[in-house]
Amino acid sequence: MPKIKIPKNSPSIDMTPMVDLAFLLVTFFMLAASFRPSEPVTVETASSVSDKVIPDNNIMVTIDTEGKVYFNLTDPEARKEALNNMASLYKVSFSTEQIEKFSLMSTFGCTIKELPEYINLSGEARKEFKTDGIPLDSLDNQLKNWIAYSQVAALNTGKTAYEEAKKRGLSPDAKDFKPKFIIRADGKAVYIKAEKVIDVFRELNLNNLSFVTSSEYNPNNTN
Amino acid sequence: MAEIADSGGGGNAKGKKRAKKSSTRVDMTPMVDLAFLLLTFFVLTSTFSKPKVMSLAYPAKIDEPIDADAPKLNNGITFLLSKNKVFYYTGEFYPADRPGKNGPTELTETNFSASGLRKVLADLNSYVLLRKEGMVKKVKAKQLADTTYTRLLEQLKGKPEALKVLVKTDDKALCKNFIDLIDEVKIAEIGVIAPVPMLPAELKLLETQLKK
Repeated sequence: MPKIKIPKNSPSIDMTPMVDLAFLLVTFFMLAASFRPSEPVTVETASSVSDKVIPDNNIMVTIDTEGKVYFNLTDPEARKEALNNMASLYKVSFSTEQIEKFSLMSTFGCTIKELPEYINLSGEARKEFKTDGIPLDSLDNQLKNWIAYSQVAALNTGKTAYEEAKKRGLSPDAKDFKPKFIIRADGKAVYIKAEKVIDVFRELNLNNLSFVTSSEYNPNNTN
Repeated sequence: MAEIADSGGGGNAKGKKRAKKSSTRVDMTPMVDLAFLLLTFFVLTSTFSKPKVMSLAYPAKIDEPIDADAPKLNNGITFLLSKNKVFYYTGEFYPADRPGKNGPTELTETNFSASGLRKVLADLNSYVLLRKEGMVKKVKAKQLADTTYTRLLEQLKGKPEALKVLVKTDDKALCKNFIDLIDEVKIAEIGVIAPVPMLPAELKLLETQLKK
């Protein structure tokens, strides 16, 4: 009786298409991903039906569950200018290295006196930093000064960006380059804490504010 | 693992020198491993949707106090917010010691669900919502341009017959409550929203309601 012949060729699968696909997806995710610098607080916002996307040039005040106040400004150049103005107002000195580092940082929530120490920390240590947030009471209203200086600085950088866009032959809308004022309050924070921040904005005559929300289904959606 | 290479043919019997018949295939396993590792990393870390924002225009701050004879609010609803609770009354506020035609103002409780707040607002703002519905039909029938529709809707929201909303919060209300309320107000196509401080008499009334 003849022996059953076992086919000698190997049980190979052609993996090329799978690898192609894998790399395609890797490329897609790499290009599509936007990295956010790590933030010292996680905030869970309430939801709304609004579909307006957060503008690029913005000044954001964050309020966490305990009511601590944090500040952020998106434009790196404007950050430098605002920090320099704050430093000279409160007589705190920063090294050029610290200013550079600050311009690339994200949200921070500490007094101007604590800021040099805070800048020197690494990303993870910043989350552990013990602070009471940015003071905004009438005796020491640092938030108001931050907003005031940032607004001027962000308006200037917005203007340059607008003119550059114009030079490139685009027809930009000046409105898109103006800084927008955003409040990101945790859903569990008490509203009067947010109201205090809103009052600071209103004292500076900035009455058009936006709240960060997560999106939910709109019952009015006509599409 | 992916490719079990054939062992190249054995040596030739005659001892002729031949190039070794090694397979041209490369073992792709490490590369694939890496590719999937990266893929998983990017899938898990990337955030696609930027957060959304809801804009709200606050009234400008005026230094002098508003005098008592300020224009009366005739077509308005006032919401009083406390922690996860919402009360409202329509029209003017009449405290217990100065009752109006229908006696002192009483608060009605509602909730943040679609059958609560949304229904209250839709009923009271039916003037705008009915007209909006008519316009939407026209837009769908291509009798009205999109841009005209947006403009007309804005005009409609500003009409005296449209509902106006005042929002007052006590010191226990959460941000979530406030945003949920504003959201519902926006769904009901209400153009005039004013967050204003609570009157002491209103706070008293709210506190007695909360104790019930």
